[in-house]
Amino acid sequence: MRGAVTRFAARDPGPAARIVGFMAHLRDNGFRLGIAETETALAALAATPADEASVRGALKTVACGSVEDWARFDAIFDSYWRNGGRVRTRAVPSASPAHTRNSRTAEGRTGASGSKADAPDSDGTGESENGGEGRLVATTITNRMKKDLRELVAPEDIRAAEQLAHRLGLALRDRRSRRSRADRRGARVDLRRTIRASLATGGEPMRLAFRQKPDRPVRITALVDVSGSMTPYARPFLAFLAGLMRADASADAYLFHTRLVRVTEALRDDDPLRALNRMTLLADGFGGGSRIGAGLHHFATTHARRLVNGRSVVIILSDGYDSAPSDELAAALERLSRRGCRILWLNPLKGWRDYAPVAAGMAAALPYLDLFAPAATLEDLAALEKELARL
Amino acid sequence: MKREGAAQALPGVVPPPPMTGPADIQSGLAGQGYVATPDLAMALHLALQLGRPLLLEGAAGVGKTEVARALAQWKSCALIRLQCYEGLDAAQAIYEWNYQRQLLAIRAHAEAGETGDAVEARLFSEDYLLERPLLRALRQPVAPVLLIDEIDRADEEFEAYLLEVLSDFQITIPELGTIAATTRPMVILTANGTRDLSDALRRRCLYAHVDYPDRATELAILQARCPQVEDALAGQIVAFVQSLRREELEKKPGIAEMLDFAAALAGLGLADLSDDPAILQAALATLLKTQADRAAITTEVAQRLAGKAA
Repeated sequence: MRGAVTRFAARDPGPAARIVGFMAHLRDNGFRLGIAETETALAALAATPADEASVRGALKTVACGSVEDWARFDAIFDSYWRNGGRVRTRAVPSASPAHTRNSRTAEGRTGASGSKADAPDSDGTGESENGGEGRLVATTITNRMKKDLRELVAPEDIRAAEQLAHRLGLALRDRRSRRSRADRRGARVDLRRTIRASLATGGEPMRLAFRQKPDRPVRITALVDVSGSMTPYARPFLAFLAGLMRADASADAYLFHTRLVRVTEALRDDDPLRALNRMTLLADGFGGGSRIGAGLHHFATTHARRLVNGRSVVIILSDGYDSAPSDELAAALERLSRRGCRILWLNPLKGWRDYAPVAAGMAAALPYLDLFAPAATLEDLAALEKELARL
Repeated sequence: MKREGAAQALPGVVPPPPMTGPADIQSGLAGQGYVATPDLAMALHLALQLGRPLLLEGAAGVGKTEVARALAQWKSCALIRLQCYEGLDAAQAIYEWNYQRQLLAIRAHAEAGETGDAVEARLFSEDYLLERPLLRALRQPVAPVLLIDEIDRADEEFEAYLLEVLSDFQITIPELGTIAATTRPMVILTANGTRDLSDALRRRCLYAHVDYPDRATELAILQARCPQVEDALAGQIVAFVQSLRREELEKKPGIAEMLDFAAALAGLGLADLSDDPAILQAALATLLKTQADRAAITTEVAQRLAGKAA
């Protein structure tokens, strides 16, 4: 329901400031807008009839940049310009964001996209409500007991993993380039350079120049499941993660259990053991429940938007036991695969005899995977080198 | 606007020419058989007024490309289209030297005894330059509509190159120097989400999301494009296609498919959708383009939808 038009305080400096305030309001709601957009918005309004529908349409086309923005815009517009006739004391938010939030909550308004507090068991599927029945199920209970990752990973593991990760990085080259570069040998004649060179020999193309399609390095993003069911495999996988970070400067690393944490920065620490220590602090809740779908969804909607592109390879190391409904996982993977990246899922359980991906999460994930392979130890990971080269 | 009102109030002052608003764009495009939603009309209006590129996003078949065509027809200017694909590079999008002609020319000049600077100057002149869509768009005497279609299919290098062209409207050719735009083209980019575009490109552009039209809009489109279809049948066709889009399909039928469907039914001489199940099933070939979708919409399902549409 649309409320009456917002009233602004008398000392409010005028329309331009209100637009600036509105842009700041959009920014608070996750729109990526800069000063240039505010200028465009003002220019757009000057070229627009001054009725509400037009103003709404004009600001919408300037401020939105994606389908998500487009869908959310109207509600945010209403919450700023039509908040039931209440006086908005401040059109321009103050410099301190904390204060802005206070003044807004005092007005009794909630943001259009309030983020849900991520409490364990908030969706009522956790074991604390269902009662443990001793089945092999994923739990949503966050493990309060801290585990020190340094007990799990030995320095020599990291050194071995570093070499391994380096080799895997070389195997994972992107060969899909249709672009070509000047090269001493190559498939195609570079006419531009050939003609240039031929001027020196009186127009005879004596020396041919060539073009070649170059291989591109790929950006590796690794997501490691550190929930309770994965504890036996944590040692090789964390070593792999640490090694990967040291071998490849563009790689990216995440841990997930009931939450997803980015550990890239921590793992770049010069001292491998200190890196693990920092990771321990970040990965509070290690060995607890698993919510793969929610974790991947969070990844796909936030980090992946910036860091994953068509030349990325996303490696997920998990057993696929998810406590949430499997369609969430499928939706997150679909979203991720739409970014054009390749997705590899390495599952330690797949190495077992007679293993079939019957866990609902794993079954739902299969259509989106470019490679689904077993991996329980560093040796298994090393064996993947040939398969990765074929991708 | 207030400013115009004030100007009209003063006696003896000629009011400024009426500003073309979104409503004019809507009616102008309607004259070309394109029915634009208010949101889209506003986006086009601002893109024209502010001289900014417009990024149109939406599912395939909602009429993104058609906007550019209708706009060019309405403005009676050229439509220059650049279809993007993976690996598209500067040589295909901007310019290329005509190497074969250059080779021949070098030979001819050598036989005529010419050498040196004169030859080189002639070889790298306009005569040997092949214009590609982007360069051509910048050198039109009348500002054209430049349609950069399916930008999400091009790779990121090209996207980055495009940023340069779209912000400065000039192109540098090392042998010739910088070529500035004689007229600023009206740029429309379309994307249907095969990958996310970079933030930098999105920020350069105004944005509009084009969705499947609602029932009334789609009926208006059908009547504008296929006037030979009877009103009763047109209503049924639109209702049928709209309910078909709500089914679980791999590829939802777009507007172009709906128009094909209408033309097919009109050609087959059907007056009512539920008249002949066999004809309806045959005409579905225009709407459903995958094997799975054909299998999902059986004769029974089609008849149920047609019954509801009647």
